[in-house]
Amino acid sequence: MDDLVYTIAFYILAAITIASAIGVVTKHNLVHSALLMALCFIGISGLYVLLQADFLAAVQILVYSGAVAILIVLGIMLTQRRSMENTNPNSGWPRGAAVVCALLFVVILIVIAATPWHYSSSMAAQDTPSVLARLLFTDYMVAFEAAAVLLLAAMMGAIVLAKGGEEK
Amino acid sequence: MNITLLTSEIAIICLSLLIIILDLLLPRFETRRSLGYLAAAGVAGVFAYTCTQYGVSATVYQGLFTLDSFALFFKQIFLLAILLTLLFSFDYVEGLAKYQGEFYALLLLAVAGMMIMASANDLLTVFIGTELMTVTFYILVGYQFNSSKSSEAGMKYMILGSVSSAVLLYGVSWVYGCTGSIVFEQIAKHANTSLGMLFGFGLIVAGLFFKMALIPFHMWAPEIYEGAPTPITAMLSMGSKVAGLAVLLRMVFIAFVPMQAYWGGIVSIIAAITMIGGTVIAMWQTNIKRMMAYSSITQAGYMIVGLLSADASGIKSVLFYAMLYMFANVGVFATIIAVKKHHGSNEIKDFSGLAQQSPLLAVVMTVSLLSMAGIPPMAGFAGKLYVFSTVIEKGYLWLGLLGFVMSMISVYYYLNVTKVIYMNEPCVQKEFIVSQPLRIAALISLLATLWIGIYPGPLAELANTAARSLSIL
Repeated sequence: MDDLVYTIAFYILAAITIASAIGVVTKHNLVHSALLMALCFIGISGLYVLLQADFLAAVQILVYSGAVAILIVLGIMLTQRRSMENTNPNSGWPRGAAVVCALLFVVILIVIAATPWHYSSSMAAQDTPSVLARLLFTDYMVAFEAAAVLLLAAMMGAIVLAKGGEEK
Repeated sequence: MNITLLTSEIAIICLSLLIIILDLLLPRFETRRSLGYLAAAGVAGVFAYTCTQYGVSATVYQGLFTLDSFALFFKQIFLLAILLTLLFSFDYVEGLAKYQGEFYALLLLAVAGMMIMASANDLLTVFIGTELMTVTFYILVGYQFNSSKSSEAGMKYMILGSVSSAVLLYGVSWVYGCTGSIVFEQIAKHANTSLGMLFGFGLIVAGLFFKMALIPFHMWAPEIYEGAPTPITAMLSMGSKVAGLAVLLRMVFIAFVPMQAYWGGIVSIIAAITMIGGTVIAMWQTNIKRMMAYSSITQAGYMIVGLLSADASGIKSVLFYAMLYMFANVGVFATIIAVKKHHGSNEIKDFSGLAQQSPLLAVVMTVSLLSMAGIPPMAGFAGKLYVFSTVIEKGYLWLGLLGFVMSMISVYYYLNVTKVIYMNEPCVQKEFIVSQPLRIAALISLLATLWIGIYPGPLAELANTAARSLSIL
C-alpha cells in the first residue's frame, strides 16, 4: 500500500515538474514563465520529500520558490514595459535546438539504461539538519567558507554594476 | 585539522577586505593608487611566504583541500601573475571612472578562487573555487561602464559561463551517482568504466575546457578578451586558463585514472583542432586583443598536449609551459596597456613606430611574442621542446609534428606585429609615457623569459618536484 502511494506521488510530482519546466521555456510571457518556474521548484522539493531529504526540501522552497522566483518577478516589475507580450521569445532556430535537445535526451536515456546502478542499502538519515551542519563545518569547511567569499564578491559586483552607469 | 595550510588564501582574502575598508575611509576624490600599491605589496608578501612552504604535503580535514608542491607551484604562478598584472595596471585603473578600490579587491578575490582551485581535492571544492573565480570575472569583464563593448562582453561571459558551470555541475552529479563520493581518492577507488561514469567525466571535462577556451569550447574568448578591461583580459588569459589546467591535472591523474584509456584519443583530437584553429584564425586579426585571444587558445592547445603522456615528465612539461606562458603574457599585455594609453585603441597598426618611441617595450613585446612562437633562445622554445618530446616518446609523433608546424606558422602573425613595431613610422608624434611600475613589470617579464630560455634548469627542477608530488603513477 505504502509503495503504491509512493509511486503515485512520485509520478504526479514528476509530471508537475516536467510540465512546468517545459512551460518555462515555451511561454512567451515572462511573468508566466516565472510563475511556472516557481511551480517547477515546488515539484522538485516534493521529490526531495519523497527521498526523505526533508531539510533540502524546505531549503528548496525557501530559497528557490521563495527567493529566486520572487526576485525574477521583482526584476520584471522594475524593468516595466507596456505589454508583457513576447517578453520571452523563442530561439530563432527552433528546429536545430529541438534536434540537439532530442539527441542529448536520447544519449542520456541510453547512458541511464546502460549504467549498472548501485542502490544504497543504508537507511535515510533521520536528523538531516544536524548531519548537514556537521559536514559543512568540518569536512566541507573550506568550500563553505569559500562560498561565503563568493557571496561577498557577488554582492560587491551587483552593487558596482547596478550603480555603474550613472554619473557622479 | 590544520588551518595553517590555508594561510596564503586567508591572507589574500584579508588583503582584499582591507582594501575595501581603506577604500571607504579614503576621501572620495583621492586617487586609489595607494590601494594598488598596497595590494601589490601584500601579494608580494604572500608570494614570499609560499616560497617557504615547498616540501609540505598535508590536507585540511578529510583530504578535501590539499597543499603539496603541485598546488604551490600553481599558486605561485597565480600570485606572480596578479603581482605583475597589478604593477602594469595602476595607470589603467586610474583611468576608470569609478570603483577603483573595488577593482583591486575583486581582482584579489578572483585570485583566491584560483588558489582554492589549485588545492581542491574534491569536486565540490573545485566547483566553489571555479565559481569564485568566474563570478568575479563576470563582474570585472563588464567594469568599463562607458563602453558598450565591455558591458556586452560581461553579459555574454556571464550567460555562457553559467551554462558551462551548469554542465560541470551536472557532470559532478553523475560522477557522484556512479561512485558515491566526490573526493578524488574515493572516486579513484570506486571508479569503473560504466557509461554513466564516462558521461559524467565528459561533462566535467567539457566544463573545464570551456574555462581553458579550447576549441570547440572557445567561442566566448575573442569577444570577451576584446571587450574586457585589458588587465582583466591578461588575468583571464593567464589565470582562468592555468587554474582550469591545475584542476584538470589533479582530477585526471588522481580521480579518473581508469578513464585514461578513453582520454588519449579525445584529448589528442581536441589539442590538434585547437592548435590548427587558433593559429589559422589568429592570422586574420587586426585587433591585438583578439589576436591574443586566438593565440591564447593555441597556447592552451599546446599545454594539454602534455596531458597525453600520463606520467611525471608530461606533468612537468605542462607546469613548465604554464609558468613561461604567464611571463610572456605579462610582457605582451603590459605593452598593450602602454600603447592603448598612448593611442586610445587596440589595433595592431597602433604599434607602428613603437621601436622609436619606447625601445624597451618594443624589445619586451618582441621577446614575449617570439617566446610564444617558440623561437630559441626564448623560454617558449624550451617549453615546447619539453611538451612535444614527452608526447613523441609516447607515440604521438603526428601530434608533435603538427605542433611544430603550427608553431612555425604562428611565427607569421607574431612577427607581423614585430614588423609593425620596427618598420613603420610612428603615426602620432607625441611623447610616449611609460610609468615606472609598468616598466618594472615589463622588465621582469623580459628577464624571466630570457633567463628561463637560456638556463631552464632551475625551473625545470622545480616543476619536476611539483609534478612528482602529484603523481601517484
